[in-house]
Amino acid sequence: MHIPDGFVDAKTAVTSGVLAVTGVGIALWQAKRTLPARRVPMLGLASAFVFAAQMLNFPVAGGTSGHLIGATLVAVLLGPSAAAIALAAVLVVQCFLFNDGGLTALGANIFNMAIVATLVGYGVYRLVRRFAPGQRGLILAAAFAGWCSTVAAAISCAGQLAISGTVPWSVSFPAMAGVHMLIGIGEGLITALVILAITKLRADLLDNTTSSVATPVTAFVGFGLVAALGLALFVSPFACKWPDGLEKIAATLGFEHHALEKPLLPAPISNYALPGINSAVVATALAGVIGTVIVFALSWVLARVLIPKPTAESR
Amino acid sequence: MGVGAGIDPQTHGGKSLMHHEFLDRYSRLDSPVHRLPAALKFVLALIFVFVTVALPLAAREWFIGLFAMLVAIAALSRIPWLFLLKRLLFLEPFVLGVAVLTLFQPNGIRVFATIFVRSTLCLLTMVLLSNTTPFATILQVLRRVRVPALFVTTLALMYRYLFVLVDEAERMHRARASRTFTPKTSGNHAHRIHLWQMLGTVIGQLFVRSTERAERIYAAMLARGWR
Repeated sequence: MHIPDGFVDAKTAVTSGVLAVTGVGIALWQAKRTLPARRVPMLGLASAFVFAAQMLNFPVAGGTSGHLIGATLVAVLLGPSAAAIALAAVLVVQCFLFNDGGLTALGANIFNMAIVATLVGYGVYRLVRRFAPGQRGLILAAAFAGWCSTVAAAISCAGQLAISGTVPWSVSFPAMAGVHMLIGIGEGLITALVILAITKLRADLLDNTTSSVATPVTAFVGFGLVAALGLALFVSPFACKWPDGLEKIAATLGFEHHALEKPLLPAPISNYALPGINSAVVATALAGVIGTVIVFALSWVLARVLIPKPTAESR
Repeated sequence: MGVGAGIDPQTHGGKSLMHHEFLDRYSRLDSPVHRLPAALKFVLALIFVFVTVALPLAAREWFIGLFAMLVAIAALSRIPWLFLLKRLLFLEPFVLGVAVLTLFQPNGIRVFATIFVRSTLCLLTMVLLSNTTPFATILQVLRRVRVPALFVTTLALMYRYLFVLVDEAERMHRARASRTFTPKTSGNHAHRIHLWQMLGTVIGQLFVRSTERAERIYAAMLARGWR
């Protein structure tokens, strides 16, 4: 999902740059106020950890592999501010040292993967946790949040490409959202498995961090505003134009699967439109909702498989 | 908070510790380009990249001129040509992967060509920047332009421990694979489940080790008079 140079135009680069600086600024301000001094090195180590974890591939479909983004994982383990800082640091190093992701697109990449992914992942995690306590709830929330954060970041990325005029929304949205609805399953699965492993290895790490960093309201509101503003700028202009492009997708989708860098299995509802429903908007929304419900159900099954029986202490 | 400036990437240890080649390993060569102030190179790269992205392809003089200039800089920097070419070829698929999407529109070929030229020039600029300027110097520039100290410290620590952790992850992966089972991606159902569980455990273990390492580093920082 790293956008290279040349894909975002000046206005998008500047806008997303400002949003990224604001978002990371809020995270830094928050971390400075609440992070105990002994945890400062952890930010750097968490960044290195995310980088190393991103190098371990997992199989996606048809012999290809994907890798973790890690925003949800770090947000669950260390809180949203630390996660945003760590992910931003990873993206800066990837840009300057490994030339992965462009300099003009650095703001866009930070906005998508360090702010939107973190915020959505953490928000969904907290929300699901509220209704699903215990170990099973932990797995369910982590897996579902991991998927949501990946898809949200992909949609934001699609919006930036479209608003820059490089890739039309009718192509970028189904391509990015479609691919990442698949990759997101891997992200959710790994996030849940890693958190499960940590509860077995050192449960204290998880308890300490999640409860002591629990939802700093000011930072969360600030983050929320930045992410909402960005999504409103990048994505909402297309939400209403969407029906016009729908026919075109149907035409292009045929060979899009061959043209993509990573070949993939077509999603069950691949072109985002269910037959028999006239309004394209309703169909799109419905397809999105069904996909989300399916992933939620999968996460629920995963939680039941991984955690044999809710024990007395986790209740 | 002043860790960044003090960290010398050369103390990372030799090849025995790290199996990954340093991608910026030519950043400490001695050449006229390497001797230029980092801030100047940084600003120049910034200008090159931003102008390249903003200009239409019709402004041929800029694109040709920039390419000639970059080639001249590359020659002056004494970075092996083969290395530069390999870096570009390695990174180009990431560009093409996104660029393919531009083809699905009227006039798609033209957009594709524009983006391809722009991206490649920007990529060359950035590869040259990162291979003529040590990361620690880039950090000093960031510090000078008032990037918050907490962020620069995070970057510095990350750069320092990046390869240590990548190496650690690989070692754990190898150790586990050699002791328990050999996962095959094309294997049967049980293999797949094992593979995922192994990956989860390795990453989880890596996080625990990172945390413990962070605690040791904090103690070491205090012992050396941090803050």
